[in-house]
Amino acid sequence: MHRFANPTRFLRIANAVLPWCVSLTAVLFVLGLGWGLFFSPPDYQQGETVRIMYVHVPAAWMGLFIYGVMAVASAVGLIWRHPLAELTAKAAAPIGAAFTFLSLVTGSLWGKPMWGTWWVWDARLTSMLILLFLYIGYIFLWDAFDDPQRAAKAAAILALVGSVNLPIIKFSVDWWNTLHQPASVVTMQGPKIDSAILWPLIVMALAFKAFFVSVLLVRIKAELAERKLRIMRLNQVARENSRLGAAQAGAES
Amino acid sequence: MTVFWAVVRRDLLLAFRQGGGAGMAVTFFVVTVTLFPLGVGPEPNVLARIGSGVVWVSALLAALLSLDRLFQADLEDGGLDLLSLSPEPLEIIVLAKCLAHWLSTGLPLIAVAPLLGLLMGMPGAGIGGLVLAMLLGTPALSLIGAVGAGLTAGVRRGGVLLSLLVLPLYIPILIFGVSAVEAAATGLTARPHLLILAAMSLFTAVLAPLAAAAAVRLALE
Repeated sequence: MHRFANPTRFLRIANAVLPWCVSLTAVLFVLGLGWGLFFSPPDYQQGETVRIMYVHVPAAWMGLFIYGVMAVASAVGLIWRHPLAELTAKAAAPIGAAFTFLSLVTGSLWGKPMWGTWWVWDARLTSMLILLFLYIGYIFLWDAFDDPQRAAKAAAILALVGSVNLPIIKFSVDWWNTLHQPASVVTMQGPKIDSAILWPLIVMALAFKAFFVSVLLVRIKAELAERKLRIMRLNQVARENSRLGAAQAGAES
Repeated sequence: MTVFWAVVRRDLLLAFRQGGGAGMAVTFFVVTVTLFPLGVGPEPNVLARIGSGVVWVSALLAALLSLDRLFQADLEDGGLDLLSLSPEPLEIIVLAKCLAHWLSTGLPLIAVAPLLGLLMGMPGAGIGGLVLAMLLGTPALSLIGAVGAGLTAGVRRGGVLLSLLVLPLYIPILIFGVSAVEAAATGLTARPHLLILAAMSLFTAVLAPLAAAAAVRLALE
């Protein structure tokens, strides 16, 4: 793993992989969206609205998956002081937040025609909303520190605490829901998933994964460039300071 | 162990002698609960319905407000540096500070909670359940809060960030705290909810000091 801690090696690999990743994403999206939107049958109950699922379900999966990626990357960063792992966690967070938000928005759009309401305090919706809050807190914590190394550590601790808490929150919300409003709240009992619907869904899930990897690589490259810029700027300031100091010393003598 | 109790004693003395640490949290708690009848309207059945939730949410916020003092003041005056040099592990010291925070904030909140339950028109059994649930659940509030307080110690505008980080993590305690009260109020057994609250407090007592101590070490760097 430490072989990939070297940013130069990482950049070389990332630059080689990125075009493939992007093309794979494009192909999978064309295939999945085309299949899902035009060539899959409408649901017998939900009609055409079932097609929202091809965006909604993979987005929700990605929201959870990326938090897992963040937690693992944070642990690796904390334990082995792996600088690229820290950057990976940082770069993944906004993508995860965006997917979580997307799943909430599409779920809301789907809920209006199906359930007759934009929002229900259903267990799944509520726990996804809390996941979004965790992402936002994490992103803000990164911004709160001036020193990126301290920010990385603090954010890693938060991500790990959140990863311990996330299952607890998930279960508590599940139980809370069943305790208060048993069975009256919508259950996700739409269609029994038929292979005509399942296959485009799987293609879309893979498309989302490939999209995540592509964007993650671009974002890590951007983070590396930003760190490089920061160091160059600091060096420049230091050089100017020493030049000013020398000039002053010259003027005084 | 002597270090542990010395830290607890010191933090309690500081909390009570340094300008109403406990008093402010309790007053905030009472004022917040008072806002609800004014905002929602004084119908007794509505208030009794939302009472347990209102009291719990206000208790969360009151506990949250006093959290930023947990490490911030010691970090500023250098006391935290000295504490971290102690031969005892920092985790133990953090646990002691959490205990002191709970004794100076959690316990006073629990003491006034029955009165607020009465004001909200909750039934007697519900008030008993509320006190029990808060006794078992509020330690977890101090412990989880310590992680957030450690992470935001020495950070600009740390207070707002602290609430943002900690409140989502408080949700399970809120959920089971309110379920316990409602079970007790409707004559069902509150035992399972109380057991889960106790489990969460024990769980956080083991794990939260580790994370909080890591955060404090980071703040001291």
